[in-house]
Amino acid sequence: MYAQMVDTGSPSATSLDEREARFQSRIDDGIRVEPQDWMPDRYRKTLIRQISQHAHSEIVGQLPEGNWITRAPSLKRKAILLAKVQDEAGHGLYLYSAAETLGITRDQMVDDLHTGKAKYSSIFNYPTLTWADVGAIGWLVDGSAIMNQIPLCRCSYGPYARAMIRVCKEEAFHMRQGYDIMLALCAGTPEQKAMAQDALNRWWWPSLMMFGPPDGDSVHSAQSQAWKIKLFTNDELRQKMVDQTVPQAEHLGLVVPDPAVKWNAERGHYDYGDIDWEEFYNVVKGNGPCNRERLEVRNKAWTDGEWFRDALVAHADKQAQRLTAQAA
Amino acid sequence: MKNQWPLWEVFIRSQHGLAHRHVGSLHAPDATMALNNARDVYTRRNEGVSIWVVKSTDITASHPDDKAELFDPANSKVYRHPTFFPMPEEVKGL
Ligand SMILES: [Fe+2]
Ligand SMILES: [Fe+2]
Repeated sequence: MYAQMVDTGSPSATSLDEREARFQSRIDDGIRVEPQDWMPDRYRKTLIRQISQHAHSEIVGQLPEGNWITRAPSLKRKAILLAKVQDEAGHGLYLYSAAETLGITRDQMVDDLHTGKAKYSSIFNYPTLTWADVGAIGWLVDGSAIMNQIPLCRCSYGPYARAMIRVCKEEAFHMRQGYDIMLALCAGTPEQKAMAQDALNRWWWPSLMMFGPPDGDSVHSAQSQAWKIKLFTNDELRQKMVDQTVPQAEHLGLVVPDPAVKWNAERGHYDYGDIDWEEFYNVVKGNGPCNRERLEVRNKAWTDGEWFRDALVAHADKQAQRLTAQAA
Repeated sequence: MKNQWPLWEVFIRSQHGLAHRHVGSLHAPDATMALNNARDVYTRRNEGVSIWVVKSTDITASHPDDKAELFDPANSKVYRHPTFFPMPEEVKGL
């Protein structure tokens, strides 16, 4: 999802030494792991990968929407979008902080993102072509994020769980402002409604891909579930998202772009069609419509801000020197 | 970057007059910037009326391995809780 396909370092959880067995039984008992506690190396590394990927997604996720801040249709919409995008920066910070408690530095993570070594959610490599895309992102992308993140508020690693609680509180606003944009467009002119439908058509499938590969193909799922850093499978979460979203689309008078979507009374869920996983892997590999542009923009922002960061450090150093001089 | 900014722990007093509570951490070059950033990140929804920032390196913490030594002795001292003492029901004001 925001962290897709996180490698757990081992496909099976069979050979636990005694310390690891004790660790696992604490997790089974629902005791939170805190930064100073002993933890298996693979748990630490997997969490660093998962949390930093999640953080990178929050940061890169600002770019598609940031694209519309200066072109929002009213001052009110502009202020709301600005607040939403600012929240995402905060989410990135909460998550980077949580990852740092596991022993990786902020600079290392930022560097991994900027050199293209680190992954972020593939959804943010799609372009935002119209204002309706901002609505669709809030509704579908933040909606999927909430679906994935609410269970993580109960995950086994304390700092991650606490960060998720803060994030989830703020995400509810994001999803609603998105649906509110869709409501306004769908109550507008035929052109505006067509714009909303077009945005749904383009964001529907990538949103479902956000939950990651089908359960049969996600090799590391079992270990992550045992560690309670993943509480539902990809397909379980995806089904929840479909079940939640189809009626919301109907209320808007929009049609989800999948003729296979149909209520299945026997299962108590909506059926839906096959996902084009080739597209997903292609975007993950770096060949999505905006992969290159996103990294370029991030790198430019970082480089352009360097003189300012350096000035802050120079100022702090000078103040500290003055203090020592006074004390001497 | 050769010069990573120090880490600051952020504590916020909420509206309700409670003690400052740890809410998270951030990097900043100095205390003033740490306060400014803490305000932007942790109080965007009226979460607080006062902020403390403390350099993480200035915090001394107990070690998890000492947990038993530090905290287990309290287990056997149940008389520290008022409920330890059975009181006659008919006597009021206790
Ligand atoms: Fe977010
Ligand atoms: Fe969001």
